Amino acid sequence: MALDQSFVGRTYPPTPAYEVGREKIREFAEAVGDSHPAYVDVEAARALGHPDVIAPPTFVFSITYRAAGEVVQDPQLGLDYSRVVHGDQKFSYVRPVRAGDRLTVTSTIEAIKSLAGNDIVDIRGDVHDEAGELVVTALTKLVARAAEEA
Amino acid sequence: MTAKVSYGSVEVGTELPAQSFPVTRATLVQYAGASGDFNPIHWNEKFALEVGLPDVIAHGMFTMAEAIRVVTDWAGDPGAVIDYGVRFTKPVVVPNDDKGALIEVSGKVAAKLEDNLVRVDLVAMCDGKKVLGMSRAVVRLA
Repeated sequence: MALDQSFVGRTYPPTPAYEVGREKIREFAEAVGDSHPAYVDVEAARALGHPDVIAPPTFVFSITYRAAGEVVQDPQLGLDYSRVVHGDQKFSYVRPVRAGDRLTVTSTIEAIKSLAGNDIVDIRGDVHDEAGELVVTALTKLVARAAEEA
Repeated sequence: MTAKVSYGSVEVGTELPAQSFPVTRATLVQYAGASGDFNPIHWNEKFALEVGLPDVIAHGMFTMAEAIRVVTDWAGDPGAVIDYGVRFTKPVVVPNDDKGALIEVSGKVAAKLEDNLVRVDLVAMCDGKKVLGMSRAVVRLA
C-alpha cells in the first residue's frame, strides 16, 4: 500500500526532555567497547575543551529512534512497523552530546517513497538542549519491506 | 574540540589505523541493554530464523558505533566529528559460539574541505562482505 504523500513535511511535537547521565554514557561506551577517556573521565573531557564527559557519536540514536518510532507508528501514516528495517543513518553535530544535557527531539517526515513495493520514510530528528540550541540532527531512513504474496 | 591530528599533516589518501572489532552474542545482549534496542533479531535465534535471517544479526547501530572508533581514536577528540553517516548494506551475522563475528574497519582521507575539515571514507567488512555503504565522516582537525 502506497503511503500518503501528504505526510511529507509533517512535524511531531517535541518529546519530553531526556536527561543525559554520566553513568548512562559510561554504560554505552562499555557496551561498544570504547575506552576513550572523554566518555568516562571528566578531567580528560575538560582537557579537550568539553564542560563534562561527552557521549560517543552514535549515543543519541537511542533518543532519536524512540522519537522516530512514534512517527512510524502513527496509525494515520499506515506504515507496517513489523516490516521496518533501518536503511541509512546520518548525524550532523553542532556539538557533542554531554552529561547534564536535557534533550528533546522534534521529528519531521522529510520524504516518503515507494520503490519496488517497499515503503521508504526519511525522518529528521532535531535534538535541542534545554536552552533551545540545536545539538545534533539525526536523519533516519526506514524501509518497510514489501509484504510477501499470500 | 582538540583533535591531535593537524590538518596540514594529512593528504587525500592518508590512511587511518585500521581496527578489528569482535562481536559475540554477549556483546549484542550488552548493547541491547545499553541502547534500549531489544529487537529479538539481535538475541533470539529462533525469532531471527522465523523472519528469514540466516542467524542472529548485530544491531546496525552497533556496527556504526564501532566503525567511527577508527576516526575518533585517530582524531583524539570524539567531539571533533561534525558529520557521520552510513548505509546498512549487509547484516553482521553473529553465530552462537565463543568466536562470534569480526568487524574489520579501515578508513582514509577522501577530501580536504575548508575550515580544517576533512572527509574520511570508511570501509567496514565482515566475513568478506561490505556491511556498511556510503560510510563517511567529516572531522575537524587541529
